Amino acid sequence: MSAFQIVFLLIALLTLFSALMVVFARKTIHSAFWLILALFGVAATFATLAASFFVVIQVAVYIGAIAILIIFTVMLTRRSMEESGDQLLPGWGWAALVVLIVFGGLVFMLLQWQGIFQPPQVLTAGGENLENLGMALVMPDRYVIPFEVASVLLVAAMIGAIYVAGDHKKRS
Amino acid sequence: MIPLAWYLIFSAGLFSIGLLGVLVRKNAVSILMGVELMLNAVNINLLAFWRYLWAPEVDAQVFVAVVLIAAAAEAVVGLALIISAYRRRQTVVVDEMNLLKG
Repeated sequence: MSAFQIVFLLIALLTLFSALMVVFARKTIHSAFWLILALFGVAATFATLAASFFVVIQVAVYIGAIAILIIFTVMLTRRSMEESGDQLLPGWGWAALVVLIVFGGLVFMLLQWQGIFQPPQVLTAGGENLENLGMALVMPDRYVIPFEVASVLLVAAMIGAIYVAGDHKKRS
Repeated sequence: MIPLAWYLIFSAGLFSIGLLGVLVRKNAVSILMGVELMLNAVNINLLAFWRYLWAPEVDAQVFVAVVLIAAAAEAVVGLALIISAYRRRQTVVVDEMNLLKG
């Protein structure tokens, strides 16, 4: 087993452990902090896949924006859930059983497929080709329409969020 | 080199844990955290397939970018809805959000 594989296994175990702590942490704010660690683990996994651009995006968007938004929401809605009460629904063992079956099914399906043992593609010395990605996002015969639709979706979501979360009673 | 199967099993595990979080938590914010974990698992899957089957073409990375944008939009709208519901009902427990119940 090479050093690279050991590093990957450590990252994967850390990420899965933090994800479990997100689910089972008693206080919601602790869940949010464990979520940040899990997102860092995912960013490190992207780094092992030579996708350096998405490492930066993962840290900037998920940790810099989404995790901070989640922490703000947890702090704004603090009083509603008493921190000592039970955080899990009753009968969560059944849900765990369903999830185990889903995981087992996924792994079983994966192992049926021969392609999982093939070596990675050869990358040139510069790693991923970021310039090609930028061009693909703006060329009319490639992905400009999905890209622009996604941008419009994001703007619409932002405006909708401002409207939904705004306090209309005080103003009128 | 790391086998592709490791990435896929890791991402399947992360997806399952996210699903567990969605199913068992009472707090709406925690449910959103579970959804974020699931979307991250999808991104790992897409990037692993890109690296092992499609590199150096960039098509899979475009998909990852779109998933990221959708995740950001989903998180923003979801958290706004939670804050709005909290303002009306003083609760973030999904069991108690039963305004639409007949």
